[in-house]
Amino acid sequence: MTLNDSHLRSEDVNVWFGERHVLKNVSLEFPSNQVTALIGPSGCGKSTFIRTLNRMHELIPSAGFGGKVLLDGEDIYGEGVDPVKVRLKVGMVFQKPNPFPTMTIKENVLSGLKLSGRKSENAIELVETSLRRASIWNEVKDRLNDPAISLSGGQQQRLCIARSLAMDPEVLLMDEPCSALDPGSTRRIEETILELAPQMTIVIVTHNMQQAQRVADQTAFFLAEDGNPGYVVEFGRTEQVFEQPIDPRTNDYVNGHFG
Amino acid sequence: MTVNVERPIAVRRKLAAKPFSRADRLFFGVAKAAAFSAIVIVLLILAFLLSRSASTFAEQGIIDFIFGSTWDASLSPIKMQLWPMLWGSILISLIGTVLAVPMAISIAYFIEFMAPKRVAKVATLVVDLMAAIPSIVLGLWGAFVFTDVAAGWSKQLNALFGFIPIFENNSDNFLRSPFIAGLVVTVMIVPIIASITREIFSQMDRDIINASLALGGNRESTLRKVILPTAGGGVVGGILLGLGRALGETVAILYVLNLVFDTNWYQILESKGGSIASMIISKFGEAGPEEVGGLMAAGVVLFVFTLIINALASYIVAKAQPWRK
Repeated sequence: MTLNDSHLRSEDVNVWFGERHVLKNVSLEFPSNQVTALIGPSGCGKSTFIRTLNRMHELIPSAGFGGKVLLDGEDIYGEGVDPVKVRLKVGMVFQKPNPFPTMTIKENVLSGLKLSGRKSENAIELVETSLRRASIWNEVKDRLNDPAISLSGGQQQRLCIARSLAMDPEVLLMDEPCSALDPGSTRRIEETILELAPQMTIVIVTHNMQQAQRVADQTAFFLAEDGNPGYVVEFGRTEQVFEQPIDPRTNDYVNGHFG
Repeated sequence: MTVNVERPIAVRRKLAAKPFSRADRLFFGVAKAAAFSAIVIVLLILAFLLSRSASTFAEQGIIDFIFGSTWDASLSPIKMQLWPMLWGSILISLIGTVLAVPMAISIAYFIEFMAPKRVAKVATLVVDLMAAIPSIVLGLWGAFVFTDVAAGWSKQLNALFGFIPIFENNSDNFLRSPFIAGLVVTVMIVPIIASITREIFSQMDRDIINASLALGGNRESTLRKVILPTAGGGVVGGILLGLGRALGETVAILYVLNLVFDTNWYQILESKGGSIASMIISKFGEAGPEEVGGLMAAGVVLFVFTLIINALASYIVAKAQPWRK
């Protein structure tokens, strides 16, 4: 993996909330068309880190940031960069399925366009392709005008993925996208991730070790010890992190000895 | 071990739905009494008003009483018709609501989504404090301080937009107009609407707001397309509650409005308007027994009208958020 392939890269990312230093010098590379899993015990800062990649963490009033996040070589924290524009390129799927409750399935897919004040010439086509890419088209094609909340949890989450895909992002961030879902829905989401991987850069936070192994090309292990800021203990190819970890703490964690 | 469910079904037993201990019985009794007394009081007030106003409704005719425009106690037989006051109440409330809603929503948005915690706390306190200002104080402030200022604004509005019918003024008197009364009402209902809206906003699922921002929405589009539609029912409920207060406002309006029994349909800058509650209080002192009956009848109309608004409020709040079960 050379630096030039790197589509998204973090350089010495530090995050503070008020006086609390929660992330220390996180430098990771996310090559194009690969899936990167972020693993680690609760409170290690991986969810915070994934939010620095689309500037969502700064919505918390006391948040502070140090370092750089480069998207196509450009620092998304650079002066004059509008965070709203960053989020158009870097989509996000949340832990809990969160379709807009007042909107129909179709409206949810098109919500990003409406929210960012853009027009689509082929709205109908976009709805279909987005829902197909999130592999939910067949389940909802006959009920596009039903309220989004009439769907099951797993379907709602795939709708949320479709909603992000409709904006055609270069990067898709997923913050524990399956933690609120049953095993069947989890499997469907994982299949969707694998189908999407060749087309985009995906970063996924997960507590599920098997999931990381099933979907991720590379894995980063985060750890925060005794009130110290979280940092990356180990980062590499997924097989290597799980099968021949260099750091003993990684070995303990991936084998379920703590966390 | 296998489980056989094909046995006779156990007999359904009675469950204890009633309070058992003495303390519980006492508590249930007190709560029940309080709840029923609230209903009884409302019904008694309505019964009292109806009994005292029945003769007015009979003599004046319900339709004429509500929709006619002449109120003259010196006539024989006495003529009492409410419309200019009823319409005046509606007009002032509309002005107040139209001005108060954007302001209240902005305040609620600021407190809930923009202000740092400490500022938000202070702002919440101040808004609640504003709601607690007695209306007589606002009335005095309106009469002695605000009227002149607002008359100045009215003049400018008229100079700039006088070609629009609602900003017409043919008397060159800008004091004691529905517009000024509406502004005073705005001050009264902004805190009510802001406080309820803030509460609704604070209960919203932050994930939905975050989803909107993560999709490239900005704060404005997120408010308009996600927050307001989701919080809509609650916000409308708050608005109608404010409207209810505006309709019933008495003293503050009395001090800043020229009550005239000649329907002012839309010229809000003219020194001429109406308000049922203020009219009742202004006439009550000198009214003979027959006119007092008419004032009671006006009270009934206002009461029923406010009741309708409140019923509408609770209906909308309940129905507008089907996903909240």
